[in-house]
Amino acid sequence: MSDHPHRLAHEDAPWLKAVVLTVVAAFLVLVLLLPMAVVFVEALRKGLDPALEAIRTPDAQAAIKLTLITAAITVPFNAVFGVCAAWAVAKHRFPGKALLITLIDLPFSVSPVVAGLIYVLIFGAQGWFGEWLLDHDIKIIFALPGIVLATIFVTFPFVARELIPLMQEQGVDEEEAAVSMGASGLRTFWSVTAPNIRWGLLYGVLLCNARAMGEFGAVSVVSGHIRGLTNTMPLHIEILYNEYDFVGAFSVAALLCLLAVVTLVLKTLLEIAQPPSRRVGH
Amino acid sequence: MTAIDTTRPVAPARPPFFRRRSAVPGFALTLGLTIAVLSTVVLIPLFAVALKAGHQPPSEFLKEAFSARALAAYRLSFGAAFLAAAVNGVFGLVTAWALVRYEFPLKGLINGLIDLPFALPTAVAGIALTALYAETGWIGALAKPLGWKIAYTPLGVVVALTFIGLPFVVRTLEPVMRDLSADVEEAAATLGAGRIDTIRRVILPALMPAWLTGFALAFARGVGEYGSVIFIAGNMPYRSEIAPLLIIIQLEEYKYAGAAAIAVVMLGVSFAMLFVINAIQAWARRRA
Repeated sequence: MSDHPHRLAHEDAPWLKAVVLTVVAAFLVLVLLLPMAVVFVEALRKGLDPALEAIRTPDAQAAIKLTLITAAITVPFNAVFGVCAAWAVAKHRFPGKALLITLIDLPFSVSPVVAGLIYVLIFGAQGWFGEWLLDHDIKIIFALPGIVLATIFVTFPFVARELIPLMQEQGVDEEEAAVSMGASGLRTFWSVTAPNIRWGLLYGVLLCNARAMGEFGAVSVVSGHIRGLTNTMPLHIEILYNEYDFVGAFSVAALLCLLAVVTLVLKTLLEIAQPPSRRVGH
Repeated sequence: MTAIDTTRPVAPARPPFFRRRSAVPGFALTLGLTIAVLSTVVLIPLFAVALKAGHQPPSEFLKEAFSARALAAYRLSFGAAFLAAAVNGVFGLVTAWALVRYEFPLKGLINGLIDLPFALPTAVAGIALTALYAETGWIGALAKPLGWKIAYTPLGVVVALTFIGLPFVVRTLEPVMRDLSADVEEAAATLGAGRIDTIRRVILPALMPAWLTGFALAFARGVGEYGSVIFIAGNMPYRSEIAPLLIIIQLEEYKYAGAAAIAVVMLGVSFAMLFVINAIQAWARRRA
């Protein structure tokens, strides 16, 4: 059965290897590489200057700023929550733990559009608190708070699900030793736990940030699409695209594409720093 | 006759509710905070949708949730997500195999690229795929002479969801493939199994739980996906309109109850998928 005397049985025949690699290459080029390439080609269709111009317009600048602000609130919030949740779940035993983990993961299974909708139903003009908010002149929907809330929802599990398996693997021995020697809880966390989980935490923060800056569906529902005011970068892309300003749309898209590339490079580096514990999906 | 019946086993002490109190501090604080934030951000808002949908008479709810237009949208969202997950099930399996078993140039780069759909904003993916698969695009132009129209048809939805779902299948399969012991394959070969037999009867069954999990994750993500789809779909009612878009259209027409009704159906499917994925995982753990 072997066409090569030295090949082990678990190694595939050269012809099979060639077929598999050709299929994989064709598939990845078609599905991943070409879409990324086309963003830059379309952005630079009329040269570099129009592309840069599109990023410099006041509306684009406002969109970039809003995206950065949203991420700057969302990511630290979910990082603190993730550490909290992982500490409770991984370092202690209690009934209902599996249910709690499932509930933390829940936002990943919910459509982003539904994620936006739930906040409209609560804080929108027709919602639970709509009248009260109107009376007190507080704007949540069609304003920054709504955008932040929707983004927090869709990026909720990233840090927690990264840290829980990691901290479970590490056990509680080191923490118990520190506590028995008289260290306070906070001190134990900073000097014992934090150094052990820093790469995993960064990994979660990185993925959380990429999704926070790129979220479209959930933010689209709560934003109201007010130019220069409540448009994030992905929403700005949609508006430009629908106005047939393709160079503009793809230029802003190219910026987000670069963000994705940076994210992937950092992610690869972090995986070298700390090989990932087994995780399923993101 | 003895006073104590020694034949009756002594019931073991019932484990206390919190079996072993960990010496690690901060339990009440962190758990309390976790539950408080989880409830405020996720659970109570989700409950609000159910309340809103349940606020109308059941007949009204059913009319909104299962109108002909909504049914067509579910069919497209579920059908396209299923097809895309199936495409990824085949090509993702082959890709994971190549990444785990073979050495080839640029492997590190390609491995990093697999996660692109996690890192690239969906709107960017949406306009990029549309530019690529429209009749004027690089691939669309090639498909046109063959009579294939991809962008602005249900087929475009499948393309977008294939992009979105790819990493789920590859990343779920990879660690399991890596753990597959080469010894088992050697043993199968020693016992006279051909390579095809070994793949069919040893390797594929071992990969089955991970493959199903990856498939289910890709499917679940695809059903709710919005950003990458709306640009390429064409969004024609009854034909190329996905369920999440229908929710947005209802909202824009201030039909909150109608939007909530469709959302409840989609949430139901999400919960069902979550249950299925957990069940597959439990099954995999039992088999391991």
